Amino acid sequence: MTLKELERIRAKAQKELAVRGVEISPDSELKPPRPGEVRVVLRNCGQIDPERIEDYIAKDGYFALYKVLNMTPEQVIEEAKRSGLRGRGGAGFPPGQKWFFARQAVASRPAPADGTPPAYLICNGDEGDPGAFMDRAVLEGDPNSVLEGMAIAAYAMGATQGYIYVRAEYPVAVEHLQTAIPQARRLGLLGKNIFGKGFDFDVDIRIGAGAFVCGEETALIDSIEGRRGEPRPRPPFPAVSGLWGKPTSVNNVETLANIPQIFLNGADWFAGMGTEKSKGTKTFAIAGKVKNAGLIEVPMGITMREIIYDIGEGILNKKKFKAAQTGGPLGGCLPAKYLDTPIDFESLAAAGSLMGSGGLIVLDENDCMVDVARFFMDFTQDESCGKCPPCCLGTKRLLEILTRMTQAEGTAEDLQTIEYLTENISTTSLCALGQGSVNPVVTTMRHFRDEYESHVYKKFCPSGVCKGMFHYEILADVCNGCGVCRKKCPDKVIKGDKKVVHEIDLPNCIVCGDCYKACKFDAIAIRPGPTPKSRLPERR
Amino acid sequence: MTTLTINGKTIEAPGGTILEVSQANGIRIPTLCNHPALAPKGACRLCLVEVKGSRVLQPACTFPISEGMEVQTESPKVRAARKFVLELLLSDHPKDCMTCEMCGNCELQDLIYEYGVKETPFVGDHHEYPLDDRDPFILRDMEKCIHCRRCIRACDEIQAVNAITMINRGFRSKVATSFDTRLQDSNCVFCGQCISVCPTGALTEKDSHGQGRVWQTTKVTTTCPYCGVGCNFDLNIRDGKVVKVTSNWNNPVNKGALCVKGRFGWQFLHSPDRLTIPLMKSSLWKEHKGTEGAPSRYEGFVEADWETALDAVAKGLLTAKSEDGPDAVGILASAKCTNEENYLIQKLARREIGTNNIDHCARL
Amino acid sequence: MSMDLLAHLQELDNLITREKPKGGALIPVLHQAQELYGYLPKELQDYIADGLGIPQSNVYGVVTFYAFFTTKPRGRHRVGLCLGTACYVRGNTKNLERLSRELGVNAGESTPDLRYSLEVCRCIGLCSKAPAIMIDKSVHSKVQPDQVAEILSRYE
Repeated sequence: MTLKELERIRAKAQKELAVRGVEISPDSELKPPRPGEVRVVLRNCGQIDPERIEDYIAKDGYFALYKVLNMTPEQVIEEAKRSGLRGRGGAGFPPGQKWFFARQAVASRPAPADGTPPAYLICNGDEGDPGAFMDRAVLEGDPNSVLEGMAIAAYAMGATQGYIYVRAEYPVAVEHLQTAIPQARRLGLLGKNIFGKGFDFDVDIRIGAGAFVCGEETALIDSIEGRRGEPRPRPPFPAVSGLWGKPTSVNNVETLANIPQIFLNGADWFAGMGTEKSKGTKTFAIAGKVKNAGLIEVPMGITMREIIYDIGEGILNKKKFKAAQTGGPLGGCLPAKYLDTPIDFESLAAAGSLMGSGGLIVLDENDCMVDVARFFMDFTQDESCGKCPPCCLGTKRLLEILTRMTQAEGTAEDLQTIEYLTENISTTSLCALGQGSVNPVVTTMRHFRDEYESHVYKKFCPSGVCKGMFHYEILADVCNGCGVCRKKCPDKVIKGDKKVVHEIDLPNCIVCGDCYKACKFDAIAIRPGPTPKSRLPERR
Repeated sequence: MTTLTINGKTIEAPGGTILEVSQANGIRIPTLCNHPALAPKGACRLCLVEVKGSRVLQPACTFPISEGMEVQTESPKVRAARKFVLELLLSDHPKDCMTCEMCGNCELQDLIYEYGVKETPFVGDHHEYPLDDRDPFILRDMEKCIHCRRCIRACDEIQAVNAITMINRGFRSKVATSFDTRLQDSNCVFCGQCISVCPTGALTEKDSHGQGRVWQTTKVTTTCPYCGVGCNFDLNIRDGKVVKVTSNWNNPVNKGALCVKGRFGWQFLHSPDRLTIPLMKSSLWKEHKGTEGAPSRYEGFVEADWETALDAVAKGLLTAKSEDGPDAVGILASAKCTNEENYLIQKLARREIGTNNIDHCARL
Repeated sequence: MSMDLLAHLQELDNLITREKPKGGALIPVLHQAQELYGYLPKELQDYIADGLGIPQSNVYGVVTFYAFFTTKPRGRHRVGLCLGTACYVRGNTKNLERLSRELGVNAGESTPDLRYSLEVCRCIGLCSKAPAIMIDKSVHSKVQPDQVAEILSRYE
């Protein structure tokens, strides 16, 4: 492949693409950019056929790689650093820095005599945060941008072999990669002597097998090596001793998809977007109780209010916003007072949450924060690898306490124990999963302590979630007897004639909430006090 | 040389981990998953120390020292963290030290004592496994397992057998064989290295149960009689009787490692069937001594003395050689002998008797 | 060797030969072996262990670590119910109760006729279509409990 050939393919593909066009499936979560969005990472998603490399080339694909191969690796690292790009996987570590350390490590040891690669580049596509699906969208919609980013990163750090680790839950992403990689090889954009510049680089796919902890870079390395994905203490950092003991850089999908654009448009262009310490754009997966859920890409520094109310079009069913959960199971829940905080790495961390991979789940007044904390603890507890006691046993104990609280068995002492556990788990756990596992609990305790106290002291779940800790009551002065609730009730325990105030036969109510949801007149209220336990469905 | 400070004291060291440098300088850092014979793992979080500039506490066993590093090994923060980890471990550990075989010899018990963990603030689920006595030699009480993985690493790093591994994940994880079978249905060779490194009562010697706690026994270092390798180990003796064999990590021959015979095959010492004096066939004795001889427990044999017995052997060998030629004699030596002894016996065969009929029972 | 293992032995051997020279072959081999046999019984795991020169215990350790691998036969159709955050707050637990009732099995189990197996998964990235159920490779979005029976009936 030469520049001339690449230009010829581009010209031909651009014409062809203009004629053919690309159809977007109507139920795609990726809608056309909404006002306020700036698409860098998602620029090609939905605009090209991901299974045709020519389409990617039509969008200037692989021109950045050509440009980079005419620079020295040191210049590439410098440019990446100058752009201010920070890792999009969660921690926000600058990828240029990772490549720099890995390059140093490669230089400090003799070249392998056995023909094995001197270093590895790993693309982390083990997007495990519930509520985040931007990496899936990029891998499915624009796999070549990730491959090009990987090649550039590999050149900078001195790797000749790359692995792309994708979740097994993303079969389409795997399929599209399995198409893209041979296509790139056929055009000489992967393989030996790329662009005749003496740079060799190839990529293999590794499919995850259902373990959240493998998103942690050392666990991911263990998993690629064919072992249980259990994090190792750092140091040594993967940049020094990673995959098979070689210098390794692990970069996230979204990070790598940014790279070609940075080199096409220049570091200054990228650094011109975002805030002082968080440059560029960020994709967010908005979900939960928001009208217009889906994937968006916005400049760093945008406020949560803009995302939820402008782009997301506000809360579903006219409910009240309660909190935004960001950063997945290791992130936190932020209440309304943070709606106007600009979103970047620092401000989210200062609020006790995380940028994470960019999941943003909107919670409304009918979400119980104790139950949300319990939900996340159930997740991390289930996903804890079991290697270190603070995470393995600590999250278990936290989950037990939170479960008791949501079953009306919480005590004042439990509140103290929660604080004791969260404080210590975060400083003593081996990896980021354990250390961050407490964040959903810490933030909900900080911002919604009244809900915890209500669960503990009043045995009342004010959001109407925790079974046995509330009941429904039809407000006589509001109910107009429309009968919708009566029809919706699966157990037929709501009585009342048409246009007459209805009543719930409480002892026989299973508190399913169907009536509450169905009432259009807000005539059903959540009240303290349990319904008879014998009627409650068994907890899962 | 790297210069660092540990607890305010300036220390120079050529390199290594915080734990290694601390130990070399007389600073004790508690450990649980660490074992001198095994590669460090950084898993148990007992050796956590404060490293200036680090947000979280760091494990001393894996953290390398660096120039200008400032380490605190006993700060209130560190001690509180260790106590927290111990409380968690105790919340999932049987509190039956009174009857536990390892009482007084348990690293967890010692640390719980040292850190004054009277009771755990956590109530909740704990593992419930039946006592696994399906195997010979090794008793597995997995409720006492603290998941330090020393056994797994010993099985891998020392013995290279890999019979056991960690199965499942998180709270459900357990040390087990493939499909959690009996050890004897796996490739386990019953070397017992796993027992020797277990810090708690999770893995113990089946035949030694109830025979005496650590303070009731004395240790005598000796050499294994089973083969010529000459492994050393400690006989654990109570009231003049051997009740257990334990690894001796300090000897240079086997560095604590043993095989099934050395570790578990000590019961013969006190067997009533054990021969302690030579026996001779009654007829042979009569031929040599002209008397009936002292009867033994075995029919047709009398109790002899070494001189008479060896005399009879020598005479027999000479007779065979002179009557039927040297190749009428064959010698089978024992693998229990040392190399030197086996060298001498082949000299006896080849030079004194003049035959190449010499072999030994290395397949014991 | 049982007939079960013999069923795809040639493919299994090819697979082991193909993957072994690459490093870290175990997980790719387990993935593909599970495709071939539907599950990973002891006999199969031990065969893979011997083929790849890995201790049997380690293979089992890996299989039990990753949620995707199973040692029990699974149904022809894998009903995956997402309990990621978005699906959870959008009420997928109700769908789970209904699925469980319709199929007569709990999460993690298969129906006796091996038509379905019911699994709970952690976020399949369909948050904007929550609550979502994935059956085999097809997605059912914004599922309501009373749609569950009809959806199931589409899978023979």
